[in-house]
Amino acid sequence: MLNVKNLTVRFPTRFGDFVAIEDVSISVAAGEIHGLVGESGAGKSTLGAAVISLLQTPGYVSAGSIILGGTDLRALNAREAHAMRGKRISMIFQDPQTSLNPLMTVEDQLIETIMAHRKVSVNEARNSAIELLEEIGIKEAAVRIKAWPHQFSGGMRQRVVIALALCTNPELIIADEPTTALDVAVQSQVLDLLRTLADKRKIGFILITHDIGVIARIADRVSVMRSGKVVESGETAQVLGNPQHPYTRALMDAVPPLDHKIDRFKVPSLEGVEKEGSSTANFAEQWLLEGGQQTQKVGLSIENLNVSFAGTRTSLWQKPSAFKALQNINIEVLPGSVLGLVGESGSGKSTLAKVITGLIVPESGQMYLGEETLPAGNKRSRHHPSRRMIQMVFQDPYSSLNSRHRISTILSEPLWFYGLEKSPSRRRELVLSMLELVGMPSDAIDKYPHQFSGGQRQRIAVARALLARPRFLICDEPTSALDVSIQAEILNLLKDLQSKFGLSILFISHNLSVVRQMADDMVVLRNGLIEESGKTQDLFDAPSAQYTKKLLALTPMMPKAWRT
Amino acid sequence: MKNFIKRSEGLWLFVHSPAVMVSALVAVLIFLGAALAPWIAPTNPYDLASFSLMDGLLPPVWEEGGVAKFSLGTDDQGRDMVSSILYGARLSLLIGLSAMVIATVLGVGLGVAAGFYGGRFDAIVMRIADIQLALPAILTALLIDGVARGILPPEMQQSLRVSVLTLAIALSLWVNFARTARASTFVEMNKEYVHAAIIMGQRPIRIMLVHILPNILGPLLVIMTVDLASAILLEATLSFLGIGLPADSPSLGTLIRIGMQFMLSGEWWILWIPTLFLVALVVSINTLGDFLRDVFNPGLR
Repeated sequence: MLNVKNLTVRFPTRFGDFVAIEDVSISVAAGEIHGLVGESGAGKSTLGAAVISLLQTPGYVSAGSIILGGTDLRALNAREAHAMRGKRISMIFQDPQTSLNPLMTVEDQLIETIMAHRKVSVNEARNSAIELLEEIGIKEAAVRIKAWPHQFSGGMRQRVVIALALCTNPELIIADEPTTALDVAVQSQVLDLLRTLADKRKIGFILITHDIGVIARIADRVSVMRSGKVVESGETAQVLGNPQHPYTRALMDAVPPLDHKIDRFKVPSLEGVEKEGSSTANFAEQWLLEGGQQTQKVGLSIENLNVSFAGTRTSLWQKPSAFKALQNINIEVLPGSVLGLVGESGSGKSTLAKVITGLIVPESGQMYLGEETLPAGNKRSRHHPSRRMIQMVFQDPYSSLNSRHRISTILSEPLWFYGLEKSPSRRRELVLSMLELVGMPSDAIDKYPHQFSGGQRQRIAVARALLARPRFLICDEPTSALDVSIQAEILNLLKDLQSKFGLSILFISHNLSVVRQMADDMVVLRNGLIEESGKTQDLFDAPSAQYTKKLLALTPMMPKAWRT
Repeated sequence: MKNFIKRSEGLWLFVHSPAVMVSALVAVLIFLGAALAPWIAPTNPYDLASFSLMDGLLPPVWEEGGVAKFSLGTDDQGRDMVSSILYGARLSLLIGLSAMVIATVLGVGLGVAAGFYGGRFDAIVMRIADIQLALPAILTALLIDGVARGILPPEMQQSLRVSVLTLAIALSLWVNFARTARASTFVEMNKEYVHAAIIMGQRPIRIMLVHILPNILGPLLVIMTVDLASAILLEATLSFLGIGLPADSPSLGTLIRIGMQFMLSGEWWILWIPTLFLVALVVSINTLGDFLRDVFNPGLR
């Protein structure tokens, strides 16, 4: 149905043309879900945009053909392309929060779209909109259709977006990371819905995602993209189960398995060779190990912790009722071990991290770092020793480093701030050595953060945390902003450092398979309550809480048979 | 050189927009002329001995009756227009720049602190800002000017004229800086590098100056340029209304006020030349401000 042949897209810049995708050919049959997988910058979204002719200016198609059921899309002029868009090809975007107009009811948005493409009366349009919502699984559609987008949950909103894409009965739908912003349970429902639509309505899908698990779950065929080219293409089971191209194989190796624990990820030498254990790195290693208390492992325990935030005010006269973010939390991170903290968005994972670091004042509860009480929130003085002992690696490497400071400034800050190293020359030496230890080239020291990729920045963030000589590390979703091969590198790095320096780590993630690889013990959090806690191994093998079972069942993963 | 221009987004934009280049040229020439006025101006308009009433109301050279010595003509007192304008621009720019700097320091300081601490401090600062915004800038300036006249002894009034005027203008402009700085600080406060600094236990003053301030400079630079133009205009307005600078130390506004008397009398140059000069100055500064905004905010282009 859709046939893309030898497509090349270029973006002219003042440095000459940038070739975003080169010589790409894919075809999608009716009722087929064609997965496009690859890391960020591989050109997946550009391909989708080229097909629906919504390339961002100044990008243009320089060669190749796009043929949809007999129509050459490249030959269309702007007006024809506009008419075709929506009618024959639709799009589902990543973030349902922003792809619906918050100032229009769902009804208005659906009717508007239907009437733009079909000559029908408002009432007919409304009826078909309600039918559509029912079809995609929104109950009491006739009532719910009057609601505003903010009155729907994330998953429901994504369903409405899908309804919008469907309402003109298109032949092809391009879904650009349709479930990336959603929690596991909702993701699974949305994926099921896409599969049903493909089977029942015979709609062809181009499913753009970076998550191999998603592809494995619903795609019929898959194309693996890298730097603008398709490196491998074919039946999903065949490509993922028996990858031919070395890049596909490397990609598959980097995906953390859910069903068993592996010691290290095989990191393909995609980004150049890692120089670990070289003589300069030894200096930082020695420095971290020296000092009496350094060998001593420190745990953290939290007892009966409660956190609540002021809720939304509903009446002018009453105090708003408090929102309980965390209730009765008891956790213990054993000295020298890794505790995984798992939960969906809004479950209170990050709140817990903020309580431990003192950014949020809890309502009640005790915290102990080793033997000592850890004062909460603003009771913790600026010079409290825990400020050095507890360090944090943040989720977003793009905002966790001050973009106006050089790497040398960023990394030497903990050294002088905590008074760990007095002489500037030794500080610089140590920073250089630490960069080496986390696998960064030494010329990085005089650069600025924007000159590095996400994975490199995350390495720098790890180096910054280590330079405080911490005993306890909080990693808040340290890899969720990264590509899977980079994620594998960072996880390896954290594992190495943890075993070398006896760090205790609180590892926060929504990704069960990552936690399985990293954590000794784990805690499952839901709506601010602990659902279950115990040894990671036991929890995965025999979950007792209903919620844990559900999470495990819904996480998309590859069938065992495909694993090599 | 060519590669250098290519690499820097700002320079590349600059050499590709003629309007901006012309504005920059005009602004640089005016700034240079004003700064070097005592050395390049043909006469000194403050020196009563250097001009005579006999030369009064001479037209510019290209008009009939023009004299080569006074290329842009003279006013009714016989002062050379070129010198008056250069000295006037010098005073206008001095007041505008100092007012802008005072407003920046005050506004950014309060704005960043309000964004950082939030809560009651933020509420108080921003309510004061709101009240200030409800009054037109010129009214604020008039108020401060009037108060200063009331409390300062008469002998000091003349000597402090420039300072009072500067302060009056600065106090009516700080709100822009405070609001922008506060809003940008709120954005930065949610970023993890600020959390990292807070977790470390760094002093608030260090977090504000070393971490937050460099990251919010972009929008502030834009406001600084735009407000420089506003400050110059405000000074001109006040002087035009006769409550700014006295006639013996002419700024651009004072020159325009003097020229008003000759608007319909045939001696057009006394009014129009300083007016056009002021327009050229303000337009070029504003164009540069817009250019800076584009450079710092590529999304708006």
